[in-house]
Amino acid sequence: MRDVAVIAFAQMPNVRAETVLNEVEMLMPVIRDVRGRAGLDQQQIGFTCSGSTDYLSGQAFSFVSTLDGVGPWPPIQESHVEMDGAWALYEAWVKLQLGDVDTALVYCYGKSAPGPLHEVLSRQLDPYHVAPLWPDAISLAALQARAMLDAGKAREEDFCEVAARSRRNAMNNPNAQLAWSVSEYDLINEEPLVDPLRKSDCPPTTDGASAVVLAAGDRARELCRRPAWIRGIDHRIEPMALGMRDLTVSASTRLAGTKAGATGTYDVAELHAPFSHQELILREALSLGDHGNVNPSGGALAANPVMVAGLTRIGEVAQRIMDGTATRGVAHATSGPCLQQNLVTVLEGDS
Amino acid sequence: MKERVAVVGIGQTKHQATRGDVSMAGLVREAASRALTDASMAWADIDAVVVGKAPDFFEGVMMPELYLADALGATGKPLFRVHTAGSVGGSTAIVAAQLVQAGIHERVLTVAFEKQSESEAMWALSMPIPFQPPLHAGAGGYFAPHIRSYMARSNAPDHIGILVALKDRTNALKNPYAHLHEHEITFDSVKDSMMLWDPIRYAETCPSSDGACAMVLASEAVADRADKPPAWIKGTAMRSEPTMSADRDPVLPRGGSECAADVYQQAGITDPRREVDCVEMYVPFSWFEPMWLENLHFAPTGEGWRFVEDGVTQLDGDLPVNMSGGVLSSNPIGASGMLRFAEAAMQVRGQAGEHQIDGARTAVGHAYGGGSQFFAMWVVGTEKP
Repeated sequence: MRDVAVIAFAQMPNVRAETVLNEVEMLMPVIRDVRGRAGLDQQQIGFTCSGSTDYLSGQAFSFVSTLDGVGPWPPIQESHVEMDGAWALYEAWVKLQLGDVDTALVYCYGKSAPGPLHEVLSRQLDPYHVAPLWPDAISLAALQARAMLDAGKAREEDFCEVAARSRRNAMNNPNAQLAWSVSEYDLINEEPLVDPLRKSDCPPTTDGASAVVLAAGDRARELCRRPAWIRGIDHRIEPMALGMRDLTVSASTRLAGTKAGATGTYDVAELHAPFSHQELILREALSLGDHGNVNPSGGALAANPVMVAGLTRIGEVAQRIMDGTATRGVAHATSGPCLQQNLVTVLEGDS
Repeated sequence: MKERVAVVGIGQTKHQATRGDVSMAGLVREAASRALTDASMAWADIDAVVVGKAPDFFEGVMMPELYLADALGATGKPLFRVHTAGSVGGSTAIVAAQLVQAGIHERVLTVAFEKQSESEAMWALSMPIPFQPPLHAGAGGYFAPHIRSYMARSNAPDHIGILVALKDRTNALKNPYAHLHEHEITFDSVKDSMMLWDPIRYAETCPSSDGACAMVLASEAVADRADKPPAWIKGTAMRSEPTMSADRDPVLPRGGSECAADVYQQAGITDPRREVDCVEMYVPFSWFEPMWLENLHFAPTGEGWRFVEDGVTQLDGDLPVNMSGGVLSSNPIGASGMLRFAEAAMQVRGQAGEHQIDGARTAVGHAYGGGSQFFAMWVVGTEKP
């Protein structure tokens, strides 16, 4: 495969509700920031790809308006996925493999705050048999957490440890929405929100946007002192129906990890685990064991902008490689109820 | 660096106003199963699935590909979802083709669908957007001024749109999958139909359809062993331009023109009028045929309507356009672009039945979306690129 790297990453500070700016206005500074970091203007970018969903903005073709904010004139080569930005990055990576273009802009945005997010997400479910019952996303995650406990694969204390550590890590992340220092021993006394999940085990509702610039081969070396090379990237899906899956494992993450070459040691791992018990499932799927540097950003428990949190995981790993504070890392993105669909990428800096 | 890729299987549903006999899963499964059968493949042979459809509000399901994963045989495979407005059926096929061109997969199933009967597309398209005039009467109200502008600029006579509608709906009579089979249609019946958005009459407007289209795209090694002749992909291109920009000309969009120039250059076509045997282009309102003939470099600017009047684009004409009956005869929106791409491939594979153009060796598929600012095209042929 052609060598392709992340050469710039930008995100807006994650917030509970961006009530002043619309999606276009929210995104524009992020686009300007990431293009500035890469030293490219839009006409120097070979391909542009974005990820978002109409169900957050409440209007059909919402991505059409945000594209105007990018400034696609003269006309550009551009595509959009109704998926998290991590998958937009995947499409851009494929495009760069073809050799026609050397640079790509990837961006994503999502305002979760305007609607009741966990009910909105129930519109993803089987429209004939499940969605009419409006099962909310937290209740589905709670079923998964209960399955973990019943299988003896985790204790509630383990969930609390993830919840506490993530928010503690977030105190070092200026873009985090939720950052605090409370010990897991105090969290265990919190009342359940949806048994067995406590509020601390659940992600905040977040409005956010992030963007990445990719470049291939020598172009990446020209534009970036220390590119974060994508050494492997793969994504896999499972059936949606919860009854068809063993919810205590993530078979699709394991398979994507194998295909992406996610083995060996890492300096950093960023896992898209919106609920605390899901980090445990993902750790097992990626054989991370008790790796000490998982989600130094705080992860999705510190900020969970839907359609964005996956690309941000890749960006957080890439930024640490570009900074020189890490040499090898793994990033993960998820979509669908209870970790239905998963993407894994391995990033490396030149040693 | 770029591997060859070919279409080795094509399937589509019968398109109709309401496919009440199947769920969304049943609809996509019907098209995909037919594509696999055509490719002499089983579900297990497929490496990855790429799904496209237009806005999720059209069915009221958020990211429905997640729910469709097992119906599309995608368990344990990569499943990808594209959405680029009305051009999506075309861009979905292009994204799928790139997975083979990049050498990542050997056999990719690509599927596009819309089940408009589950919801109400016209109103899904009519929600107010901040800082923009609301389109409270569906797509026709948006495009009618573009058409009037084209008529004024080109001095095209009023009956050109009627001729296009009559041709496409007559072609559809030869296509068993087409939604509309209007056996009684005449020039006068189109002319006398209700004026919806002047100058667009009811009979010059696309229907609202349920339907799906699927293709199997394969590497050279796989295509060389195929039972049926493959359609080799000789070029693919996508272009986007702004929605709101004073620089734009929505009648003859620069993005469409550059998309066409790019795809012809890749396919080694210097004179599309002579070198292309037939074209499936995205014509949801009749007047877009002459407009796109000019935008895609088949006719000189201002002359597209003369092709229509002279019968050049008839099934037995010099440059047949929309042999299948086109979007004017079937419009499952998300699938409409892929149906254009698939018809082009069917023509060069010689499997278009009664609407087959004899000896078609090079065909163009075209899709557009939004307010004429999103474009996707491919060129397919009988020979390897």
